[in-house]
Amino acid sequence: MKKLINSLLGLVLMVLSLSANAQSDVPMADGLRSEGKIYVVVAIILIVLAGLVVYLFLMDRKVKKLEDLLADKNHPTK
Amino acid sequence: MKTWLKILAVALLFYVHIGGLLLDVPRLNILNETIRALYFHVPMWFGMVTLFLISVVYSVKYLVNPSVANDRKAVEFANVGLVFGILGMLTGMLWANYAWGSFWHGDPKQNGAAIALLVYLAYFILRGSVENEEQKARLSAVYNIFAFAAMIPLIFIIPRLTSSLHPGSGGNPGFNMYDLDNRMRMVFYPAVIAWILVGIWVTTLRVRIRAIEDKIHDLEDEKTH
Repeated sequence: MKKLINSLLGLVLMVLSLSANAQSDVPMADGLRSEGKIYVVVAIILIVLAGLVVYLFLMDRKVKKLEDLLADKNHPTK
Repeated sequence: MKTWLKILAVALLFYVHIGGLLLDVPRLNILNETIRALYFHVPMWFGMVTLFLISVVYSVKYLVNPSVANDRKAVEFANVGLVFGILGMLTGMLWANYAWGSFWHGDPKQNGAAIALLVYLAYFILRGSVENEEQKARLSAVYNIFAFAAMIPLIFIIPRLTSSLHPGSGGNPGFNMYDLDNRMRMVFYPAVIAWILVGIWVTTLRVRIRAIEDKIHDLEDEKTH
């Protein structure tokens, strides 16, 4: 098991280092976007989206609670 | 709504927001980067039409089998559909300001969509103006069928018969003008599916809240009698 985890970790590290090298060696348009700070905007939009999604899940749970509460009131002996 | 559908909707939304902002898009004059608005503006209308379609199905169901549950679903699907329509209108206006030159262009598609939204607003005014619950449900179910039948030509047919700046109008079927290529389809269709799922999710929440309200009212009536 430990061997498997070690080899997996090694693989992940290798891929990460490879992709890091690829980014620095091959000229791509990545620089333009990171210099334009577009990723910051994407991250901000994702935070808002995540917040709204969490809120939606919380409302879902709240409605479920209310339904259960009402069901208990209707059949108090259950 | 099944939990895996909700998780699928959330996953697709995140993919669409990342891919829609960062993946490659065709380089077109005037549109420039605003072509990405397609991923966020058009799914609103797909969502609206889908929710209105589900709403009218429940209205027909109500007329066949008048139950409170059918009426509740018809109202709430129309309600959330209207929210999607308003968001589609606002996003379209902002986009029009930069692509066409003004917020309100009097374009056939824009006017048709605005009239369709007003037709659906009248649906809620009709509901608010009838006291008797059964009468309210029956009248609004019939009106909903007419509203849906009015929306389809207003949005999908009339703009195609005249000249219009909006893509998919003036004889253009679909999104040819945008060169909606396969790269864009990979983000656009997931966006449509995601927003339709979110619309149905929010609607089920509203339907359940309304059901709880009705139950509480029933309990109060039992107490007073």
